[in-house]
Amino acid sequence: MRPLTGTGALSQELAPQLLPLEVEDLEYRVGGNSLIDRVGFRIRAGQRTVILGPNGAGKSLLLQLCHGLLQPTAGRILWGGMAVAAAQRWQAMMFQRPVLLRRSAAANIAYALSVRGIRRAARPALVAAGLERVGLAHLAARPARTLSGGEQQRLALARAWVLEPRVLLLDEPAAHLDPAATYDLERLIDAMHAVGTKIIMTTHDLGQARRVADEILFFSRGRLLEHAPAAEFFARPRSEEAAAFIEGRLFRGAESAISR
Amino acid sequence: MIEIGAAFSTAIELMLHLDHDLGEIVLLSLTISLVGTAAAALCGLPLGAAAALYRFPGRGAVLVMLNAMMGLPPVVVGLVIYLLVSRAGPLGSFGLLFTPTAMVVAQAVLVLPIVTALTQQIVADLAEEYDLQLRSLGTSRHRAMLTLLWDGRYQLFTVVLAGFGRAAAEVGAVIIVGGNINHYTRVMTTTIALETSKGDIPLALALSMILITLSLGVNVVALGVRGAARRYYG
Repeated sequence: MRPLTGTGALSQELAPQLLPLEVEDLEYRVGGNSLIDRVGFRIRAGQRTVILGPNGAGKSLLLQLCHGLLQPTAGRILWGGMAVAAAQRWQAMMFQRPVLLRRSAAANIAYALSVRGIRRAARPALVAAGLERVGLAHLAARPARTLSGGEQQRLALARAWVLEPRVLLLDEPAAHLDPAATYDLERLIDAMHAVGTKIIMTTHDLGQARRVADEILFFSRGRLLEHAPAAEFFARPRSEEAAAFIEGRLFRGAESAISR
Repeated sequence: MIEIGAAFSTAIELMLHLDHDLGEIVLLSLTISLVGTAAAALCGLPLGAAAALYRFPGRGAVLVMLNAMMGLPPVVVGLVIYLLVSRAGPLGSFGLLFTPTAMVVAQAVLVLPIVTALTQQIVADLAEEYDLQLRSLGTSRHRAMLTLLWDGRYQLFTVVLAGFGRAAAEVGAVIIVGGNINHYTRVMTTTIALETSKGDIPLALALSMILITLSLGVNVVALGVRGAARRYYG
């Protein structure tokens, strides 16, 4: 099956089906602390999945574990039956702060293509198309790190997009962005979703979760407390923590947990 | 005091008229230090990057050694190279003692730990920032090394300049392995040492001023590069 996205330039190899993502009894311990505590879930294709929770819930760790950037202490992660390491090549990840190379915007995208083994001659057209897609064509020659925060994050998205991933993992991509830049980014995420890329995003921003999510995984202190369709989660949270988080009460809860 | 004043004016005259002997000495100095530094950079940049990215047994000890060797006394380096290349030494058959080549080797050895240790630090800092992203893109370790060297290019350039500054300013190593032979292995620093002890203060002063100007120039360039890099690449 050919990937649904883009030009197909990367699909000389047939992209495997990465979903469902199956996580079983996942644990990640540092010292004596379980930062991810016996987590299990199954994520299907198609929906935009948002991993929601307060700071310290383990959202970023979970994404990094699923992407193969961290090794779990225990448990199992399978992408459509494939091991994490084998599946990584068909995924792209965006970080809270975009990590851009000290080169031009265009060179940042060309670099990603070159790492994936795209011929030099084929790169310029893909780079131009990639920049165009996120509205950065006019800034192609600018050093990437002199771009504004919003532009940098869009460039990071363009870099992820040209790789035509089956799955895009986003770790609080809008945490440092203003509302306008956040809006632009969310439109682009929607566009990637529309061409068939599976979206898995973490956030602690309720508004963003409501805008983006089809389904919610709610985490608190390393544990998965709820896994539900977004509408159902926001209307009828089943756990006390989720209800408190939605109502904005969680801070007090967390404080009392510390003073206890 | 009058003598010093006179020496100064003679020194400036020597520089202004581009005295032939003076020119020869300056040119040889620059050539030897440039080639020595280039050789050290060619080995030190990849070695430093590798030390930053690869884990191997004894890595901690290697890093401590490298940092300690940044302050290696030039005379000691000179002595060791002298022993290696002198007729009775293991490399004696090459006949390198008292040649410019031996001086290049000595300066390269002197500069190598500086370039390697500072490269290691710079690349390690960059690696911390880039690590997750590069692994996510699927960059191989070898490719990551080249990427980090390229992205650290401005900082690394100032490291190489610092190495060059040290090479051009040292006297201990080149005087031992070069022998300070007129028109052959005589460089700025060895001339200063010799002429001062002979009492030819004007020539020593002229060379000192050139040396200091050179060192100033190197630092101005380094500052400029660092500033430009910060403005353009953050």
